Amino acid sequence: MEVPKLSILNETIRNLFFHVAIWFAMFILLIVSVIYSIKYLKSSDLNNDVYASEFATMGIVFGLLGVATGSVWAKFTWGDWWVNDPKLNATTIALLIYLAYFVLRSSIEDSYQKGRISAVYNVFAFAAAVPLIFILPRLTDSLHPGNGGNPGFSAYDLDNNLRKVFYPAIIGWTLLGVWFASMRVRLKKFKIIVEEHDLN
Amino acid sequence: MKKVLKVIVFFLLSFIIFIPYSIAQEMDEKSVDMADTMRTEGKIYVVVVVVVILFTGLFIYAINTDRKLSKVEKEIQSLKSQ
Repeated sequence: MEVPKLSILNETIRNLFFHVAIWFAMFILLIVSVIYSIKYLKSSDLNNDVYASEFATMGIVFGLLGVATGSVWAKFTWGDWWVNDPKLNATTIALLIYLAYFVLRSSIEDSYQKGRISAVYNVFAFAAAVPLIFILPRLTDSLHPGNGGNPGFSAYDLDNNLRKVFYPAIIGWTLLGVWFASMRVRLKKFKIIVEEHDLN
Repeated sequence: MKKVLKVIVFFLLSFIIFIPYSIAQEMDEKSVDMADTMRTEGKIYVVVVVVVILFTGLFIYAINTDRKLSKVEKEIQSLKSQ
């Protein structure tokens, strides 16, 4: 595939299909998680809570992988494993907020109470993550394209050739995440049935 | 005469001291250029490492799911035997 030839980036522009696409997929998975959290608050159906937690888990797995891949990419283009970039620091905070979601979940015994409290927290975490990852870094100087005076990839280097792979890559990673998450959902439902059987 | 000798010795000594230094500097610059495979061939190995990280991450997650599944399987087995 032809890619734009840019200095410093060189062939690493191809990371667009992995690093960038996986962040987009993470965002889609977290949106799904929030939708199920709101559904749980409306219905108190424990199935919705299972969906919400597993989609959030998968989203955060993607997020952690995004940080790891970004770190490698940064080492060989920006010169260090971790630069004090506002986008990196804000994303770390967002991931920590989500990690607190899992801590919160595991600390509550009663499953209905766990569902309700973690659903409310999930909505809050999502509402905090969006400005942290997507809005605040744009207001300051960041090394990431599209932030703080840096032109986005679309301005000069996301040409139509890259788009042809980039958009399917986002869909592909998202579907992979949905597949993994739905397997975990099925497993968890199974577990709930076994536990109920145990109690009886 | 002695003064001239001293000057010559000084020059020789300075060469002896500085030549290896300058050679080392040259070698240093060279070794920075070809320090690691990650920077060769248009940094394509960075992309390779990124793909490997993603693959291992998802693989670990799959193994984690597998272990949870076998736990539930065991519980079902113990329920059956009751």
